[in-house]
Amino acid sequence: MPPELLIEAIIAGLLLGCFYAAMSIGLSVAFGLLDVPHIAHPAFLVLGAYGVYLLGQQGVDPLLAGALLMPVFFLVGLSLYRFYHAVFERRGSDAGLRGLAFFFGVAFIVEVALILAFGVDQRMVDAPYIGDSVRLADMRLPTRMLVAFAVALTLTVGLSLYLSRTFTGRAIKAVAQDQTALALMGADPIRVKQWAFGIAMGTCALAGALLIIVGPVEPGLGRLYIGRTFCVAVLAGLGSMPGTLAAGLILGVAESVVLTSFGASWAPAVAFGLLLLVLAVRPAGLFGR
Amino acid sequence: MAGAVAVVFAALLLTRTVGNEYVFFAGYVVLQFVVLATAWNILGGYAGYVNFGSGAFFAAGAYTSVALIQAFEAPLLVQVLAAAAVAGAMGFLVGALTLRLRGIFFSIATVAIAVICETVVINWSFVGGARGIAIFQPEAPAAFVSYNRMLFVAMTCFAVLAVGLARFVESSWIGRGLRAIRDNEEAAESVGVPTLRLKLVAATLSGALMGVAGAPFPLYMSFIEPVSAFSLNYAVSALAMPLIGGTASWLGPVIGAVLLGTAQQVVTVTVSSELNVLVVGLVLVGFVVAAPQGILGLAQRLSGRGGASR
Repeated sequence: MPPELLIEAIIAGLLLGCFYAAMSIGLSVAFGLLDVPHIAHPAFLVLGAYGVYLLGQQGVDPLLAGALLMPVFFLVGLSLYRFYHAVFERRGSDAGLRGLAFFFGVAFIVEVALILAFGVDQRMVDAPYIGDSVRLADMRLPTRMLVAFAVALTLTVGLSLYLSRTFTGRAIKAVAQDQTALALMGADPIRVKQWAFGIAMGTCALAGALLIIVGPVEPGLGRLYIGRTFCVAVLAGLGSMPGTLAAGLILGVAESVVLTSFGASWAPAVAFGLLLLVLAVRPAGLFGR
Repeated sequence: MAGAVAVVFAALLLTRTVGNEYVFFAGYVVLQFVVLATAWNILGGYAGYVNFGSGAFFAAGAYTSVALIQAFEAPLLVQVLAAAAVAGAMGFLVGALTLRLRGIFFSIATVAIAVICETVVINWSFVGGARGIAIFQPEAPAAFVSYNRMLFVAMTCFAVLAVGLARFVESSWIGRGLRAIRDNEEAAESVGVPTLRLKLVAATLSGALMGVAGAPFPLYMSFIEPVSAFSLNYAVSALAMPLIGGTASWLGPVIGAVLLGTAQQVVTVTVSSELNVLVVGLVLVGFVVAAPQGILGLAQRLSGRGGASR
């Protein structure tokens, strides 16, 4: 591959990777820190994207729409975790299988509900920064990718700071380390986990906005992202926010290079291949505990 | 054993007496789901490892058949054996890569296999690629009015075989080991249960049976293309049917498959096929939340027996 093409692929991959990090940061919290088998995370990303689409129909800017939807998704996350905890985390040996099946069922219901509501056509949004591109030396970088890059970076850094600097953030990290110890310290681990799951769900709203900014969405898109988000979450080292950013960048570059070399149909396999590789070689991930 | 012969005989009798072709069309689908659900349950219900990619194994069986038909017009039995081998190998491969890790990673790997298989098939023009390919049914053997009826009886035999294998696994040392793994894998390992080997056996057997379910599919439909072969419906149904029927024994998947399969056929024909899929999802979540032991569990509770016996 000629070097200019490779460099273009890498730069595009870095932008893409930051976007993937934003997609996966909610999962890093839900699955990485809280150990919830949240296979429905990509489905909620798509749901967020459709929510942004609906608000976009009313003339609301997608990023603003994403921000507006965040509290809604936060509340949904609170209730979902409450339900999941009451039904599954307290029961016995079957709970793992059933919890997983539950989230799979939820993801499935969300996808089919979207199909029934919106049909299988692709939906897009319009904004002044979509459709433009910026020149950098010999390359053209789509503005929407730059926007996604900036927002994703802010989201990741913001969440990282929240977890390490604020009281609730540190409580979340504590409950991930040792739930019983936290209870002994006088905090209610269930409420902390609930709050954390709500945050994870809230990021789905903003990430969903990025999803529809970057490209058209259709209800089945979630399945493509199961691999990518879990790959990033695992490669990061479960629960590490800076790791999520690094892992996202790695995946983005890998996918971009494969896309340029072998064509678009093999791109989804990259995430899964990388995931399997990580699980085989270093299951703790880059920054794992 | 006697029951198995009786079921096959009943199926043969049906093909002689019933005139409506649709009965066999729908019956084939229900029997196919019996095989699929039973296969899923061997790994999912007995061992606790959830396979989200049943569609991939099913389609692997189907496309192995297609490849063999295209290559040298192989007879049905050869197709089925080859499909079992290919899908079983796939199950073994996925298992070998991920069964050492936590259950959720196995589940994600099964999603991965589904995506990868679909991509491979879409790019492989020998078996039709994205356009799909038409398969011509050969002449029906002398005893049958139509080829579909012969497939119906064949699928009955496969269903009997699958259930027989499940019963064998369930009552043997393999089943006991798998139950130990499902209840507490670490404890099982510490008492010396060969967890990885048992899981691999279950995964290979489960995959192979799913391949068997898929092998006659191209002949049955006379046409095959990737989107319907890899349909998410197979993955969800293979999961929902054992969970609805009850995962603890071989009877659960059969009950679930018959109930849900028939319901699906009715809804598809009367209402709409998209709504049918939504209903499956809702019923799945409903059962997972409210009736974790499935219909078998509900029956046990109603009949007054305690839930402690497994």
